[in-house]
Amino acid sequence: MTKQDLETLRREVSRLERGSSAAPSDRFSTGSAQMDAALQGGLNRGALHEIFAAQTADEPSAAGFGVMLAIRASAKRPVVWVRQDFVGVEMGEIYAPGINELGLSPDRLILVRARDGPAVLRAGEEAARCPPLGAVIIEPWGAPKVLDLVASRRLALAAARSNVPLFMVRAGAQPEPSAALTRWRIRAAPSTPLEADAPGHPAFNVELLRDRAGAAGRNWIVEWDRDSRVFKDRIREVVPSLSGGMVPVPAGESPDEGARRAI
Amino acid sequence: MRARVEPSELPLVITEKVKGAQRLMAVGPEAKQLGLAVGMTLADSRARIPDLWVEEMDTRADANLLDRIAEDSDRFSPVVMIDAPDGLLLDITGCEHIFGGEANLRRIFSIRLRRVGFHVRTVIASGADTARALARFGRIAIVPPGEETKAVRALPIAALGLPDADRLAIARAGLKTIGMLADRPSLPFAARFGEAMMLRLRRLQGFAHPPLEARREIPMLWVERRFPEPIGRVEDVENVLFELGQEACTQLGERREGGRVFEASLFRADGAVRRLVIETGRPMRDAATLLRLFRERLDALADPIDPGFGFDLIRLSIPHTDALDALQPGLDGHAVEVDEVADLADRLTVRFGENRVLRFLPVNTRNPDRAARPVPASFNPLTSDVWPAPEDEEPPLRPSQVFDPPQLIRITMVEVPDGPPRKFLWRRREHIVSRAEGPERIAPEWWLKPHDPTRDYYRIEDAEGSRFWLFRAGPYTQATPQPDWFVHGVFT
Repeated sequence: MTKQDLETLRREVSRLERGSSAAPSDRFSTGSAQMDAALQGGLNRGALHEIFAAQTADEPSAAGFGVMLAIRASAKRPVVWVRQDFVGVEMGEIYAPGINELGLSPDRLILVRARDGPAVLRAGEEAARCPPLGAVIIEPWGAPKVLDLVASRRLALAAARSNVPLFMVRAGAQPEPSAALTRWRIRAAPSTPLEADAPGHPAFNVELLRDRAGAAGRNWIVEWDRDSRVFKDRIREVVPSLSGGMVPVPAGESPDEGARRAI
Repeated sequence: MRARVEPSELPLVITEKVKGAQRLMAVGPEAKQLGLAVGMTLADSRARIPDLWVEEMDTRADANLLDRIAEDSDRFSPVVMIDAPDGLLLDITGCEHIFGGEANLRRIFSIRLRRVGFHVRTVIASGADTARALARFGRIAIVPPGEETKAVRALPIAALGLPDADRLAIARAGLKTIGMLADRPSLPFAARFGEAMMLRLRRLQGFAHPPLEARREIPMLWVERRFPEPIGRVEDVENVLFELGQEACTQLGERREGGRVFEASLFRADGAVRRLVIETGRPMRDAATLLRLFRERLDALADPIDPGFGFDLIRLSIPHTDALDALQPGLDGHAVEVDEVADLADRLTVRFGENRVLRFLPVNTRNPDRAARPVPASFNPLTSDVWPAPEDEEPPLRPSQVFDPPQLIRITMVEVPDGPPRKFLWRRREHIVSRAEGPERIAPEWWLKPHDPTRDYYRIEDAEGSRFWLFRAGPYTQATPQPDWFVHGVFT
């Protein structure tokens, strides 16, 4: 193999891995103006995205954030969700009526219950190779031995080839080197209360830990608008590593209108 | 002192307790020569022959053994019936040419069983009852078509398989053989013993054929390969499966049909049979897909197939076929994509099992425990229920994940007895409630669970933003001043 071949190959691999040459149509917007701006228009479709929870109590929010990204990415296409059994034992089993209320109709959801880490990866890779899918969510538990750099690269390549985004929700795990294009850390945020102080729409403190294609280390508070299926910015970008108990801005002051127009 | 004798050298008898006495149910050849016969009591037999090898009758073991022989006999014909307690019926229509004629088939079949030590009697005839009776009572091996009536003439009346009383009655009338019975006018017999007996006679004579109840479902379509030299390598097996798949799919194409269940039977030379079944969500007839599914199945086997001395027959059968018109890919891109997703679901199902690849159907109920019904993804139910569109402007009113069963929590502070808690302890952490909505009262479905208390559900958010679905089991009353609280689910 000549040096030139190697160089071409390297470039090809890095293109597939970084997805930096992806056309604008190969990105999907989050709906949040601030997040989209930081992501140069949105998240890459044919790529692996990792989602971590800040604390154990934030795991439901991390999984929910994964579902919401899948809703953004998939339009009306089917979504495959691969989940290790233990995640369900620990975090609660997927509840279809609740998923429906997040905006993902269970009609287009296929759930694969995987016994262990290797099964999650196998099923996830198999699904990520199926171009008609809108998105694939995989949820291994902890840090299975098989989930090394090579394995995550395989997943990333499968997603790049089919252009099906792969969201890996890492329940019970800490970030470590991987082939993911972006890495997120999610923390539940107090919602904007409704009448009579009722809990409002899902709200998160979203931290972009890593973005291979751009700047990372940024932090937003967003709300999920299920009716329009978009993330909405709640307040201006905030300094990283906020404690959970911050005071939310009252509902009237959030820049709802701007976000709605941006759909 | 007596020399120690190995039991296997003694005459063997099998006994069973009948009406309080041990009676012989079967006797070995040596025992038979010594004059022992089925039906004698064990005590009588022991009086005659003191040294006997006695074994208890084990009906279940017999049935299992017969089943294993039937499984192996599947290689001669896919239509095998168990004729309990000690017989098998094979429908060999159309199979004999593979073995070079009926006589050869019979010889190969008998040799196969004799080689492992069975005593076998085999008869080929046009009717199942004819063959069965001749095997048990007769001497003829192959009855040429049309000669059944003649062939059964010499058989004893017992061959009819009548109840003892009827058999005795006929014997008293002086009729000893089927021939003698058949020569008489049938009406008086029908009047005396019933139509059933006449039907038995006619079946025996090959005039009427009883419906056969095959041990395994008779496939709509099957193709097979036999190997003079048994094959054992997985690649070879896969190649054969692919060829068989092509053959079957071509036939399906000609019939404009597809299969939803495909079964590969791997017959080991030593008699063991391994079966691999794959099911697909929709009828299909694509050999490449079929091979991929079989590969998944082979990969996913907990214990890899052990070829032993190799497989000498591989059969691919399709129990059911469904109408499937010629495929027109490209005309409608959407249909092709739907197919691709269904293919994916099939592959995942084959690998991980039916109960691990699921879809959710809505259930019209108020009971949150039953609001979603998980079904295998390949299952296409006829249902008109659809998932309701969520109500505009409402936040999610149902959690995205639930605990089954709900988890008990400890309330550390309540404001008013009937309201939501202020603080609660769950998983060793105290949560301070900052927002709450409720109660949403959900009564149990009393016709299903009459003793469950009414649940008062609250949507709760704690100071850190975690959202929970809590319920109180039953109201505060004098009798239950402190009802239990549970966390049923978590919101995102």
